[in-house]
Amino acid sequence: MTERRAGFVQLNDVTLGYDRHPAVHHVSGLFEAGSLTAVIGPNGAGKSTLLKGIAGSIKPLSGSILTGSSAPRLAYLPQLAELDRDFPISVEDLIGTGFWQKIGSFRSYSRHDRQLIDVALEKVGLAGFNKRILGTLSGGQLQRVLFARLMVQDAELILIDEPFAAIDSKTVSDLMGLVRHWHDEGRTIIAVLHDMGLVAEFFPDCLLLARECVSWGPTSSVLTPDQLAKARTMIEANDSHADECERAA
Amino acid sequence: MTNLASIFDLLITPFVDFAFMRRALVGSIALSIGACPIGVFLMLRRMSLVGDAMAHAILPGAALGYLFAGLSLGFMTAGGLIAGFVVALLAGLVTRVTVLKEDAALASFYLISLAGGVVLVSLRGSNVDLLHVLFGSVLALDDNTLMLLAVSTTVSLLSLAVLFRPLVLECVDPLFLRTVSKSGSLSHFSVLALGVLNLVAGFHALGTLLSVGLMMVPAFASRFWSSTLDGMIAIATLIGILSSGLGIVISYHAGTPTGPTIILSAGALYLLSILFGQKNGLILRLWPRKHLAA
Repeated sequence: MTERRAGFVQLNDVTLGYDRHPAVHHVSGLFEAGSLTAVIGPNGAGKSTLLKGIAGSIKPLSGSILTGSSAPRLAYLPQLAELDRDFPISVEDLIGTGFWQKIGSFRSYSRHDRQLIDVALEKVGLAGFNKRILGTLSGGQLQRVLFARLMVQDAELILIDEPFAAIDSKTVSDLMGLVRHWHDEGRTIIAVLHDMGLVAEFFPDCLLLARECVSWGPTSSVLTPDQLAKARTMIEANDSHADECERAA
Repeated sequence: MTNLASIFDLLITPFVDFAFMRRALVGSIALSIGACPIGVFLMLRRMSLVGDAMAHAILPGAALGYLFAGLSLGFMTAGGLIAGFVVALLAGLVTRVTVLKEDAALASFYLISLAGGVVLVSLRGSNVDLLHVLFGSVLALDDNTLMLLAVSTTVSLLSLAVLFRPLVLECVDPLFLRTVSKSGSLSHFSVLALGVLNLVAGFHALGTLLSVGLMMVPAFASRFWSSTLDGMIAIATLIGILSSGLGIVISYHAGTPTGPTIILSAGALYLLSILFGQKNGLILRLWPRKHLAA
């Protein structure tokens, strides 16, 4: 496949957080272009915050995030809770929003775009679902639709936040097939996951986060009992009386 | 034939005979076409009560315009628009930069606006007749007011056409919109602004408080007839137009005030929709048809 060297993400001593409290604290490292990385860690470890930071929807409190892919080449799938599932929009129109960079607010879909939507629906196993209204979909079907949108976005850098929460194993394995396919195409993929089996099986690289970077590298070296135990002990409470961080930015 | 003739007599003759009836009809149809689609968006965003808040925010502005220049279309309209926009902008600002959610921010500013308006009116010490602002006078629409209604409807429809996509996406998946475009806040504020515009245009016909009724009630009814956005907008507009016609005719024959009668007609259609609607109507719920095979 074509080289997509632009898809890297460089973290330079990044601190991300809310209201001055760090959720991701002084993390440095590189997601290489074309890499497939799982971000794991306990609840509250800052995994979603890291993705939001990379997607640009929150700004670092200190440090910087350098991405080779800005908006048009970056696709971000947040956790499901952020979506209004009652809104009367069809599956086809929701997937079509993936063409935003191309068509914006006014231009219409080309015939080619419509074909891409059909192909994407077929690939996620929902052929013929074009006119279905969002509210009639099951949780698994909705996640498949959102993966279809990721597909039509055709991004170099794909960020996925806990895509498999409350999703059955058939759907997980279908969608993981897509993730691997994207990896083979040379796209950079960063996914927040909780299923260690899945991580061990499919993800070459792994970032274990517990506010700070506990371990980052080949999955086999990260997923060790020692590292996981360390991550559990590093999650301390959000201290409202914490002093200012003295570490040099 | 006599039946048909008497129906014609009942429904059509008043409009044939009286110009003010035709004006009332045209004005309220224009208002329906502009306001009902906005009502659908507000409803889908769970902002149904925002229209009411905006109406209260507008009231002092319109009253000030009245104090300043009497029953002047221009001053009252400008006053209402300014008061509405200022409240919407301040509420938006507070929502974005503080911990307060939008409902709290909006409520705080419309209450301040309302109280401020009452104080200003009382300072002036005059016994102002605000009945016009409160209830409108749909049977006394002059050329300028009709023109204002037409302009507001045109602006509303054009803006909605331009903003339609970002608006839909801002409703369904705001986080996604934020990653691909910066138009989220703009489209959100535009809906509020268009709401204000329609309420201000509408208060000359129906009054500030009741023009919210023509904006929102048909939208609620439309939910029981369609499950698509396009369908809801079309049906809400139709119900708005139908309520206008019905309300005007009924008020003519029954001698009731026209504005409230229009809203009551919309209310009746809404109740019928709840009962007989093809999408989750109560009758279908109580006596469901046989389920499908797949």
